[in-house]
Amino acid sequence: MTATIGETEVGQRRLRKEDARLITGRTQWTDNIRLPGMVHLAILRSPYAHARINSVDTSAARSRPNVIAVYSGAELDNQGVLVNAWPVTEDLLAPTYFPVALTEVRHVGEPVAVVVARDAASATDALEAIEVDYEPLPVVLDMEAALAPGSPLVHSEIGSNKAFTWIFDSAAAGTGGDVSQAPADITVTRRYVQQRLIPAFMEPRSVVVDPSGGEWTMYSATQIPHVLRFLLSATTGTPEHKIRVIAPDVGGGFGGKLAATPEEWIAFAVSTKVNRPVKYTETRSESLLSAHHGRDMIQDITVTATRDGIVTGLSVKLTANLGAYLALVGGGVPLLGAFMYNAIYKFPAYRFECNGVFTNTTKTDAYRGAGRPEATYAIERIMDELAIEVGVDPMEIRRRNWIRHEEFPFTTVCGLSYDSGNYEAATDKALQILGYDELRAEQNARRAANDPVQLGIGISTYTEMCGLAPSRLLGQLRYGAGGWESVTIRMLATGKVEVISGSTPHGQGHDTAWSQIVSDQLGIPFEDITVLHGDTRVAAKGMDTYGSRSLAVGGVAMVMACEKVRDKAKLVAAHLLECSPNDLEFTDGKFRVRGNPEAALGMAEISGAVFVAHNLPDGMEPSLDSEATYDPGNFSFPHGTHLCAVDVDTETGRVSIRKYVAVDDVGKVINPLIVEGQVHGGVAQGVAQALYEEAVYDESGNLITGSFAEYLLPSAADLPSIVSDRTETPAPGHPLGVKGVGEAGTIASTPAVVNAIVDALRPRGVNDVPMPCTPERVWRAANGGVA
Amino acid sequence: MARVKVHVTVDGVNYVDEVEPRTLLVQYLREQVGKVGTVIGCDTSNCGACTVHLAGPDGASRAVKSCSMLAAQADGCEVTTIEGLAAPDGTLHPMQKAFHENHALQCGFCTPGMIMSAVDLLRENPSPSEAEIREGLSGNLCRCTGYQNIVRAVQAAANGSAAPVSSPAVTA
Repeated sequence: MTATIGETEVGQRRLRKEDARLITGRTQWTDNIRLPGMVHLAILRSPYAHARINSVDTSAARSRPNVIAVYSGAELDNQGVLVNAWPVTEDLLAPTYFPVALTEVRHVGEPVAVVVARDAASATDALEAIEVDYEPLPVVLDMEAALAPGSPLVHSEIGSNKAFTWIFDSAAAGTGGDVSQAPADITVTRRYVQQRLIPAFMEPRSVVVDPSGGEWTMYSATQIPHVLRFLLSATTGTPEHKIRVIAPDVGGGFGGKLAATPEEWIAFAVSTKVNRPVKYTETRSESLLSAHHGRDMIQDITVTATRDGIVTGLSVKLTANLGAYLALVGGGVPLLGAFMYNAIYKFPAYRFECNGVFTNTTKTDAYRGAGRPEATYAIERIMDELAIEVGVDPMEIRRRNWIRHEEFPFTTVCGLSYDSGNYEAATDKALQILGYDELRAEQNARRAANDPVQLGIGISTYTEMCGLAPSRLLGQLRYGAGGWESVTIRMLATGKVEVISGSTPHGQGHDTAWSQIVSDQLGIPFEDITVLHGDTRVAAKGMDTYGSRSLAVGGVAMVMACEKVRDKAKLVAAHLLECSPNDLEFTDGKFRVRGNPEAALGMAEISGAVFVAHNLPDGMEPSLDSEATYDPGNFSFPHGTHLCAVDVDTETGRVSIRKYVAVDDVGKVINPLIVEGQVHGGVAQGVAQALYEEAVYDESGNLITGSFAEYLLPSAADLPSIVSDRTETPAPGHPLGVKGVGEAGTIASTPAVVNAIVDALRPRGVNDVPMPCTPERVWRAANGGVA
Repeated sequence: MARVKVHVTVDGVNYVDEVEPRTLLVQYLREQVGKVGTVIGCDTSNCGACTVHLAGPDGASRAVKSCSMLAAQADGCEVTTIEGLAAPDGTLHPMQKAFHENHALQCGFCTPGMIMSAVDLLRENPSPSEAEIREGLSGNLCRCTGYQNIVRAVQAAANGSAAPVSSPAVTA
């Protein structure tokens, strides 16, 4: 990266460009789209967790008012299949996954038939007229029961409920020692359970497909329009160039819209059948029931250490509930965590084993952090337990084991190269803001006084891997695609700029942050830049938005594309200023002749000159536009220290977060306003896992948290205000120095909260409270586990 | 199905329509009037994304979740949606301005309902404490912001200034 670009926009708290239409109700959500002749779908879903479908009779439903067509799975013979893009092992057991079930349903909510009608209400009304003859089959919901010999099989045709076993061993990989040989003065073994969560984006999923003219345009509330287009083509045989996918305004995702859904495939197939535009919008109850869930893992973790608490080995046996089918990246989520259990610590030996298990539940896949929150939870919880064994403060055990700032770059026991970080600086800042020593003193006083409300302090010193991902590494891990990102810059005749972003936002603020970057790069005013995205016909190339990758990966492509524009513009400027390109420098947004600052041309003037093309250098192509695609050489590694102080009422089990401090180091910050917003929201979701949320099934496999009346999505009254602060250790080698922030808060906060609760109750002999830490569970733990 | 006639004013325009008796107010607003700025986030009246203001014949206006009443029940009423909140010349309502200036939205799906509830909250309690704001907005769910900047925005609007409340300084 050659030129040094001044920063006038980057780093500013720019208010968001996106807001204008969002605060006035002028937004294009997918469900707002109405096309001429459009008809509506409703989906009949299985009431059984496991049943054979003996017959589906759609005839009565067809004669209902306004009904255009009704299809069972067999009747929708062009539906294609849903695929898993991450076959994590060569011998993975991957069942065939039809959008509408053919002969067997394997979870409550699985589509069984679809009605097409003039309006959505008529379609829904007609569902009751579809006759399905189900023959119930044995159900298995618990993942350990599913692995036991003699368990009912979710997919009898594949012969096992175990989809895969994936192992990483540092001795075998040559990246560390053998855990079985690790010195073990102290051995701490714990089981932690990651309860099942539901991403619960606020905009329910919606899809519109227009099949007009031998081409298919799909509008979908998705995080991944480009991936979706590829998959639709690959699984239905429709030529890729005949498919256009548009993600209009998308109301949140959190991994929940990183999906290829039955509903999208159904709408695509039905639109072809009826040859009219179709729309399907799910209800919230359908969303909670059938959009993919997250987490749901059992973590058996062992840490060994010397008498002084220096860690010597780490073993993790993970059992992951995949649900009834392999979702798009379902089996891969545990792998994203596999490389993070060692976290910021210098473990010399590590072994990780994961078993992926089918059960008769909704499939699981990415939810904010995807594997990394789970890993961070387990290691940060058990480091506290190790501190107790050694007899030191939990902060001290971390200091003894973390990578010191002068040790970067550091190759971990997994073989990852952490490029940069300063755990000491972030931690010192967090401790100071929290008032750690004062709170410890207060804690001691309240313990001594046997106060019924006990004070607990929780620590989470986390890192994560962001910027998904180096394509070559993804290939080694058997992921089905690359991890590059693409940006195109269009220079308009009037000096305005269109930035075409391959990554597509759903609340992150791309329009604003990208404008800030390009403004500095090209010397174009922030207001004169428009960011386009989310339409495969406009943004032809992209790998979309997840894994805190948009800026970490796409940002490099953006800088590269701007460099290409500047390089071309420089030749034009030299021609017009009648000087050598070598005499020009780009400062304050203009090409200036060295030693003669009056002789200068800005990008807008050059754009106009290229547009008319009357006076360009001989042979020059009359265009400044450029495209760049970037494939990262490494992940990025944001980190930070989150501290949480809680009051725990031992008489009621009530937990109140008294103070929460988040000091994050996400590298260089483009827009502090947006970064703080990401941290606030991320922390809220992590706190929600610690205290509130859990998807629960009854013994028959019915989701009993199937609406917002039962699934406790926290409200403003349930959450604290937090203190969000930062340290900035720029990512070396990255032209913007950025690392990614989308998942940090969620990854960090869950262990901070639970560590605080356990810390409060430690004198009562408590060493764990299962999540979510409801008042009942906290009270039971505080009172000796009495019934 | 027999249809019932409703006379409703929505964002200052009078409408006379026939609706199915079971039609929810939010469905009527979105599908018949075309007010798609008001959105549906759930089916149990928990999320509040569909919140609008409803003034009865007595003129008293209050925030309602438009999924929790029938269109027929709005007969003779005046409805204000997020699309009718700004002045006719486009000048934003102070609450809209406060949400923008305090970064109180990310994906923006909950925002119409959140803003309508927040306006109603200040009408009932012009100087709420943080706890009162949090309690007052507890019928509106947001998944993106953690509510922190929403609380700030309401505070700013209550103070008669949409200027952002100061944030902690950042040091490198």
